[in-house]
Amino acid sequence: MASYLLRRLVLTLPVLAGIVVITFLLTRLSGDPTDLMLPPNATDEAREAFRSVNGLDRPLWEQFVVFAGRALMGDFGASLRFQQPAMGLVVERLPATIELAFATMALALVVGIPAGVVSAYHRGSATDTSIRTVMLLGQAVPSFFLGVLGIIVFAVWLRWLPTGGRGSLAQLVLPATTLAFNLVALIARVTRSCMLDVLKQDYVRTARAKGVWEARVVWLHALRNAFIPVLTVIGLQFGLLLGGVVVTETIFSWPGVGRLAIQAIYARDFPVVQAVVFVFAVAFVLVNLVVDLLYAALDPRISYK
Amino acid sequence: MTPALDASVQVRSAPPVLSVRNLHAHLHLGDTVVRAVDGVSFDLPAGATLSIVGESGCGKSMTALAILGLLPQPAGRITEGEVWLDGVGDLARLDQRALRRVRGNAVSMVFQDPMTSLNPVFRVGWQIAEAIRMHETVSREEARRRAIELLELVGIPSPSVRCDAFPHQLSGGMRQRVMIAIALARRPKVMLADEPTTALDVTIQAQVLRLMKRLQQDSGAALLLITHDLGVVAQMAQRVCVMYAGVIVEESAVGDLFADPLHPYTRGLLASMPKPRHGAARQALISIPGTVPPLSRLPAGCRFAGRCAHVFSKCREAEPPLVPVAGDLGPGARKVRCWLHVGSEAA
Repeated sequence: MASYLLRRLVLTLPVLAGIVVITFLLTRLSGDPTDLMLPPNATDEAREAFRSVNGLDRPLWEQFVVFAGRALMGDFGASLRFQQPAMGLVVERLPATIELAFATMALALVVGIPAGVVSAYHRGSATDTSIRTVMLLGQAVPSFFLGVLGIIVFAVWLRWLPTGGRGSLAQLVLPATTLAFNLVALIARVTRSCMLDVLKQDYVRTARAKGVWEARVVWLHALRNAFIPVLTVIGLQFGLLLGGVVVTETIFSWPGVGRLAIQAIYARDFPVVQAVVFVFAVAFVLVNLVVDLLYAALDPRISYK
Repeated sequence: MTPALDASVQVRSAPPVLSVRNLHAHLHLGDTVVRAVDGVSFDLPAGATLSIVGESGCGKSMTALAILGLLPQPAGRITEGEVWLDGVGDLARLDQRALRRVRGNAVSMVFQDPMTSLNPVFRVGWQIAEAIRMHETVSREEARRRAIELLELVGIPSPSVRCDAFPHQLSGGMRQRVMIAIALARRPKVMLADEPTTALDVTIQAQVLRLMKRLQQDSGAALLLITHDLGVVAQMAQRVCVMYAGVIVEESAVGDLFADPLHPYTRGLLASMPKPRHGAARQALISIPGTVPPLSRLPAGCRFAGRCAHVFSKCREAEPPLVPVAGDLGPGARKVRCWLHVGSEAA
């Protein structure tokens, strides 16, 4: 188990290295940040000075060697725009993103899994149809529309919730609900199809034949099995949430990594973009590792050696 | 339809522990109705073994599932008939809550495929203990101790270790032993076994059958053994019902059935058993021509008429009743559903 973990962690290193190289090259493809950072009437001397200070006048390979060497130490350089360490800017925003990700996922699981189970158990009934209709809406309605709708209804008309910002629990409600709506639909749909499959299995019939009460058959015997494939979806989605959710963070002025990323991209703030992408990659890799470990915990047929 | 005659002629000495009367279990699939069990009656005396034999799709598994109220949902339901369990009542009329208290308790069931019948994510000891804990209030430790005892009883070596194994860590034969332990957990009056050895290797089949026979004799449970294998019937059962297309076509003591099969279908079944012959040339296997009629579109007359070598006009006009063979009205009466064997008084 420990050796498996170590091996997995070592294997992530080439992945992360590859990501560092690709982001470095892609950001360089996007053009020269000097034009964006300096006013249009800046002198050529000022432009040269800016390039020289930020190392943009060096050959590409030299820039990369310097960047990679520092990145190994965790130093992703200073933001061109804020003149602060890029990694510091990302880490500063990380708690907000993590908070939103956990709140969203918790909400999505609490609603999505029971909805999927009930829908599968009462397949073909009116309950199933109504749940599936809501799920279809959930998957079809984009979050920017839902977010704005939520602000209009709950913040502007009813004045129950603030329109944005971060700090209080009330401020978390709208962005988390907006994000969770799509996710509930996805999780419920996957749960439903897995449950439909599991409920047909012989061991479910065995449980009934033993005299296990129906609720226990469904929520323990069946769901414990159906949850294993659902976990894959949860892991993937959680990785995406940790990457920050640009649209929702922007709508609700949520000070997360997603908003930082989009601002950095627009500004060609290379160091920040590189730091953000690196953090995304690490988060994604870690979430995947945790999911794989959870598989082994949930399914005794899977063991890692 | 099956005449009421079926149920009325039986003379009973001791009340049977399970008495199935004119059971109809149908599957409603869209607009079609599959008459999987179409008027089945039999008695299972306490401590005895009754076998239901027939080819796949004849309704024998559905009969067992219907007894426990485990028909596939939402398609399956009991449309008619009674399932009398000694000391409990008519299972066909119990609601799900009351049925739950019977399942795994007074009546338990062993299924065909041990590879898929155990829940893969729970330890086998836990799965046995659960069968106990669903019906009596015992501590986890006590339930576990009894689960280990049961594992020992069904012949699993080092039971206190295997108790913590997951199903995938056990062989098919071992898993079927676990299923039998689950079925025995509450010392049931009736055990239903649906093809309990079909999915096992031939060598393991014999072991599991011997085990079931011994445990059944020791525990005094009655066994309803569903199989397509006449060899299993010969080894295990005292009485046998031959089922064809949802109905019983012949019922008899096992010895009589093998010595003198009456129904053309039973004869066909017996003839199609491979026979080892010393010194004789190898023979091609005999098979019954044709196929079972679809249970959603049954013929008007005898259900076997389309495949029967002795068919005559009456067979296509009306379905024969299941009646005792001439003169024999005792509890061991032989019954057959065939116009060839219906005397003038029944016709």
